Amino acid sequence: MKYILMMNGTKANFAEYAKWSKKDMEANVAFMRTFNKQLKDEGVFVATEGLGWPDQARLVRAGKDGTPITDGVFPESKEFLAGYWIVDVESPEQAYKIAARASAAPGPGGAPGNVPIEVRQVLGSHSDLGL
Amino acid sequence: MTTQPLDPPIEHLLRELTPQVLGIVIRRFRDFAAAEDAVQEASLAAALQWPHDGLPENPRAWLTQVAFRRMTDHIRSESARRRRESEAALEMEQLAPPVEAARESDQDDTLILLFMCCHTALTPASAIALTLRAVGGLTTAEIAHAFLVPEATMAQRISRAKQSIKDSGIPFQLPTTEERAQRLRAVLHVLYLIFNEGYASSAGPDLRRADLSQEAMRLTRIVHQLQPDDTEVAGLLALMLLTDARRQARTNAEGELIPLSQQDRSLWDRQQIAEGVAVLSATLPKGAVGPYQLQAAIAAVHDEATRAEDTDWPQILALYDLLKRMSDNPMVALNRAIAVAMVHGPTKALELLDVLRTDARLADHHRLDAVRAHLLELAGDHIGAVRDYRAAASKTGSLPERNYLLAQAARLSG
Repeated sequence: MKYILMMNGTKANFAEYAKWSKKDMEANVAFMRTFNKQLKDEGVFVATEGLGWPDQARLVRAGKDGTPITDGVFPESKEFLAGYWIVDVESPEQAYKIAARASAAPGPGGAPGNVPIEVRQVLGSHSDLGL
Repeated sequence: MTTQPLDPPIEHLLRELTPQVLGIVIRRFRDFAAAEDAVQEASLAAALQWPHDGLPENPRAWLTQVAFRRMTDHIRSESARRRRESEAALEMEQLAPPVEAARESDQDDTLILLFMCCHTALTPASAIALTLRAVGGLTTAEIAHAFLVPEATMAQRISRAKQSIKDSGIPFQLPTTEERAQRLRAVLHVLYLIFNEGYASSAGPDLRRADLSQEAMRLTRIVHQLQPDDTEVAGLLALMLLTDARRQARTNAEGELIPLSQQDRSLWDRQQIAEGVAVLSATLPKGAVGPYQLQAAIAAVHDEATRAEDTDWPQILALYDLLKRMSDNPMVALNRAIAVAMVHGPTKALELLDVLRTDARLADHHRLDAVRAHLLELAGDHIGAVRDYRAAASKTGSLPERNYLLAQAARLSG
């Protein structure tokens, strides 16, 4: 079963991240590189992507004739997706363990950041309704 | 590497020869992990060369020769790493025997490989991947496609599985008589999971996954040929044939699920049903009855009903009663509840579900809600049915299933 592990943050979180020292930033990047390689070595990796920052985020709705109407004003409390992993595992518990590892990525000063990771199942085409 | 589909006869031949050649190479070099890589490489080489050059006179000898050469290369480079290249390489040249001289019983080798790949030391996902590659002769890319993961991830999964086999010291030989029954159950379970992986996926865009069912049936057929007297092997083969016979009717053109009671039974594969019934009937005089035979018998009763309303539910219930005595699986109890509803009415079945709800293995499972919804609908409680169809929809991990369950809720609340 596949799970998506989503790392979210508010605009304020992103702004803090931008102020990290070079050393902290490098430690975080190195951690992520190793983490991704570990997922591949463990045979659970499906995909990972990082997303552009919230400044560039736009909310789009279809206008009357289908033309896009965009809005870039968001409440301060809104959480934005920073990046995600998709893993293929045997149980939700295994996905939670992997999410906890991602959450422990080093923050300022090298201490574990403990960033919350939202874990959701990716729906498959598999069915066991016994139909 | 070409990605063009192979000439089917060549592909079938390669798949059939894979476990035989692998057995020879393992016996010769005593290194399962490296031998398995060597045979896969030989197979890929054959897939490239044979369509152009024509089939070699003795395809097995050709594959074995190439795999031996790969093994020698592998050992040379390993030795080089250990700075002992010249002696070891020389030693290998001397050791390499005439190919056919190394032959042992192919049949035993295929069984031994299945026992190894389906060992309980492996996780189900690893056992499935390794079985498909080492015994089924599928490429890593094909297995990765079937499970919708990147090829590198599947390669890693297979390599870790091989490492687990190495670490647990499972010998390349048939299990002892005491172990054999239990090890065979593990093999059948993995084959069942492979079948289910293919069958339970909706048809249409997921044809690659449907191939998994075909592959599981092919492998189970081989085990059945090797162990013709094992009634559970026959039972599993019959179960697969009788279940797969309904594949065409199970989904519509849009890939939407169609329940058994509403399927167009003219789409069922009568020939496959006849074969399944024959395989199952042949086990009956042999006495021993196991869970796969019972499940096959239940599938046969469904398959033999020309219309849904002709289904012999009392017989299905009797079979579930036997099955429940044999198995602690709560899914069996859940399926039995449906048969109870069909024989004794939904109220009696709903009482059973209230008890099942206390089983921790089932408490949060979408199937409990889905069955309950179905029973409530039969009992005329549409409000309750809508609630439980929706509850089941929120818990399922399958998109076609969620669509189906929400459609049921919508139908009743419309």
